[in-house]
Amino acid sequence: MLELLWIVPALPFLGFLILALIGSRMPGKTAAAIGVASIGLSALLTVFIGINFISSPPAGRVYIQTLWEWFNVAGLNPGIALRLDAVSLTFIFVITFVGFLIHLYSVEYMEGEEGYSRFFAYMNLFVGSMLMLVLGDNLVLLYLGWEGVGLCSYLLIGFWYKDPANGYAARKAFIVTRVGDTAMAIGLFILFTELGSLNIGRLLEVAPLNWPVGSSMPVLAAALLLGGAVGKSAQLPLQTWLPDAMAGPTPVSALIHAATMVTAGVYLIARMHVIFTLAPVVLTIVGVIGALTLLLAGFSALTQHDIKRVLAYSTISQIGYMFLALGVGAWSAAVFHFMIHAFFKALLFLGAGVVILALHHEQNMFKMGGVRKMIPVTFWTFLIGSASLAALPLVTGGFYSKDLILFYAFDGERANRWLYAAGLLGALITALYTTRMVLLTFFGEAKTHLHHKPTWIMEMPLVVLAVLSTFGGFVELPHTLGHLTLFSDFMQTILPGNQVAEGGISTELILQLTAAVTAILGIFIAYMLYYKNPERVTALRRSAFGSRLHAFWKKGWGFDWLYDTLFVNPIVWIAEVNKSDFIDLIYTFIAWVNRMFNRAFSFTQSGRLRWYAMGIALGAIITLTIAVFL
Amino acid sequence: MNTVPMESGLVLAGILFILGFIGVLVRRNIVFILLSLEVMLNAAGLAFIFAGSRWVQADGQVMFIFILAMAAAEVSVGLALILQIFRDFKTLDADAANNMRG
Amino acid sequence: MTIVFYIAALVAVISTAMVITRLNAVHALLYMVVSLLSVAVIFFILGAAFVAALEVIVYAGAIMVLFVFVVMMLNLGPASAEQESRWLSPAGWIGPGILSAILIIELVYILFTNARQDILTQSVAPRQVGIALYGPYILGVELAAILLMAGIVGAYHLGRYKNVFLHRYLHKELQ
Repeated sequence: MLELLWIVPALPFLGFLILALIGSRMPGKTAAAIGVASIGLSALLTVFIGINFISSPPAGRVYIQTLWEWFNVAGLNPGIALRLDAVSLTFIFVITFVGFLIHLYSVEYMEGEEGYSRFFAYMNLFVGSMLMLVLGDNLVLLYLGWEGVGLCSYLLIGFWYKDPANGYAARKAFIVTRVGDTAMAIGLFILFTELGSLNIGRLLEVAPLNWPVGSSMPVLAAALLLGGAVGKSAQLPLQTWLPDAMAGPTPVSALIHAATMVTAGVYLIARMHVIFTLAPVVLTIVGVIGALTLLLAGFSALTQHDIKRVLAYSTISQIGYMFLALGVGAWSAAVFHFMIHAFFKALLFLGAGVVILALHHEQNMFKMGGVRKMIPVTFWTFLIGSASLAALPLVTGGFYSKDLILFYAFDGERANRWLYAAGLLGALITALYTTRMVLLTFFGEAKTHLHHKPTWIMEMPLVVLAVLSTFGGFVELPHTLGHLTLFSDFMQTILPGNQVAEGGISTELILQLTAAVTAILGIFIAYMLYYKNPERVTALRRSAFGSRLHAFWKKGWGFDWLYDTLFVNPIVWIAEVNKSDFIDLIYTFIAWVNRMFNRAFSFTQSGRLRWYAMGIALGAIITLTIAVFL
Repeated sequence: MNTVPMESGLVLAGILFILGFIGVLVRRNIVFILLSLEVMLNAAGLAFIFAGSRWVQADGQVMFIFILAMAAAEVSVGLALILQIFRDFKTLDADAANNMRG
Repeated sequence: MTIVFYIAALVAVISTAMVITRLNAVHALLYMVVSLLSVAVIFFILGAAFVAALEVIVYAGAIMVLFVFVVMMLNLGPASAEQESRWLSPAGWIGPGILSAILIIELVYILFTNARQDILTQSVAPRQVGIALYGPYILGVELAAILLMAGIVGAYHLGRYKNVFLHRYLHKELQ
């Protein structure tokens, strides 16, 4: 069964090839069927492989399938080889399964759009590339998938390319992530020159033998890898591209910019955990970046009007949680939160998509309201997803995953009270903006009429994701509540565990109670502020300081402005200045000379017979004169 | 007594050639241009015959025969082209057919 | 014989000059025939009787007659002579005249700076021509044959009347 692993990424690529080559000539239904079926089969196969992997694990809990050698240059011989272990299995399960649901949802969401088959072609290419990223057995293959998903992200953000703003957003996403990718590429060079291999398994073995903990090389390599992760996962300081990436179609936001691609950074750090453990400084930075990002993005999310931008900032914030978890060495907690987050964030985006479509492409939450009775299924599932995001205690998956992170941040090996405090504050803000979003969108008076009523194709993925984001959390229960450690046991086959330093059940109980109270408090404050007394919020926003802060947060803490001033404008200025420098004049002169010759020659090519004869005569005279008199 | 000065013979060929050449340059009618070309070819043939006679060799006459064959082929194709041009442009003006750019 | 040569040369030059100045194509063709005949006389004087005969038969007889046919097919009336006189503006003669004058002066200069040479008018028999043609020049003969063949095919292809397909409403306007 495991040897069928190669089919999992092959199917989406096949679907992409078919759609890219002949997709535009086939009817939309066929194109959609190919797009959905290839991912669906892939997901089905993943489930079977997963069952097989868990029931009869291969030796060493790692299964490697080498297909062929990619190239062999100067000792670098990456193979097209797939590596299946607990981490990559979790990731491919989420990618294919959530990907399938989102594909299914897109069948209806994108119906009648121009470039219907193109959309599915890109989406299939994305799923294929993402699978290559997580299944790659070496960092070169991982990098291929890494750039592949970046390309698909670019293509899909700019899917409606006729609007220049979308093209701008796409370019911004591409260029900003490129900054991180360059750092990552340099990191790969260092790993190869220092350790002589880019094979993941070998790197993890060799690194601790060659490098002492805290020496400069692993710090450098880890910091560069972190650069790549930060770019892809939209963490501080490269987070600015993600809110603009919402220009793409909503299923794209759900799949790429929430559930899968943006968590590639988390995957990379979890994958390279050995290197990061060798560089504790960088690991601390990871945690600090996570904490800062989750707070910044949380405050920004509080002020957004666009529902998709709220979700985008909440994505940044939730990935911040994962980084925080990685930073405190809670590897499995990070992957666990990734999984739950993928479920509920995809659910929230898809639900938001239904609302947007229902209200005729209205994205401003202040123009929504009261739609809960029009689309009940969406409302309830969205509510479940929001509860999970806000980490409503006991009944939601989000609570368990976030609680695990906070627990390790407080009590783990690398516990840090500051990080814990940031996480707790973040949880409060998360509950606040989530409740605000739900209240503004679904409650209150109806402001518009229903435009598009979703059918089962759109509702089914919502229901499935709602179930998953609730019950997905029950695979890992804390000591106080049943003490189920299915997920972390599974993860510990590949990721190191995290010893709890002190305390015991009582500490954990207190922590849980704190987290639960925080979440409920957040919901309650939001309810009071945005539902009961909205005028108070309005008054706050109208005040001099409040309005300024509001605008500041709404613009994402002015990072765009900062980068424009620091990097973009100077480069544009230099380009303007350099447009007509001395060197350029030389080339302009060459071009001018060529143009003059072109004019002269085209003037002689008049097409008039006698003109040509005259030319011949003149030539003959000159030749004769030279021959005779010289 | 039976001698012809070489120079005057070649000057004659040159004059005929130049006359044909002037015709090519001056006339706009394609029929005349073609006729002038014939004059030039004939002048070239004349020069060959002179050269052949100078050395008492058959080669000059052989070259003239080749020129003759070439002139015949050229005239047949050229006249067919003239007919075509006349049909298409309704004129024999050589400058009218200047829009056949490659 | 030298006198005859000069007379024939004079006739050739004058008739050729008439060829390039006539307004009527048929007149020009007749002058051309005269020019060719006088050149044939010169050939004869030079002892090349065979090519003199060819000049008369092929050039004056066949090629010029082909010209006459075409000119008749074109059916040029008196209007064309008027047009010719308009085309032949005096200004148009200046450029070619200067160029030609330079060329002929150079030619004469080259010829008369060399030592004088007289040609003995010895006959070169057709037999020698034939032997040369089918001996060392056999490749040239074959090439000339191919060229003529190409000329025939080309003339046939180009000379065909092309059907012009027009919409039936346009036919009336054309007629």
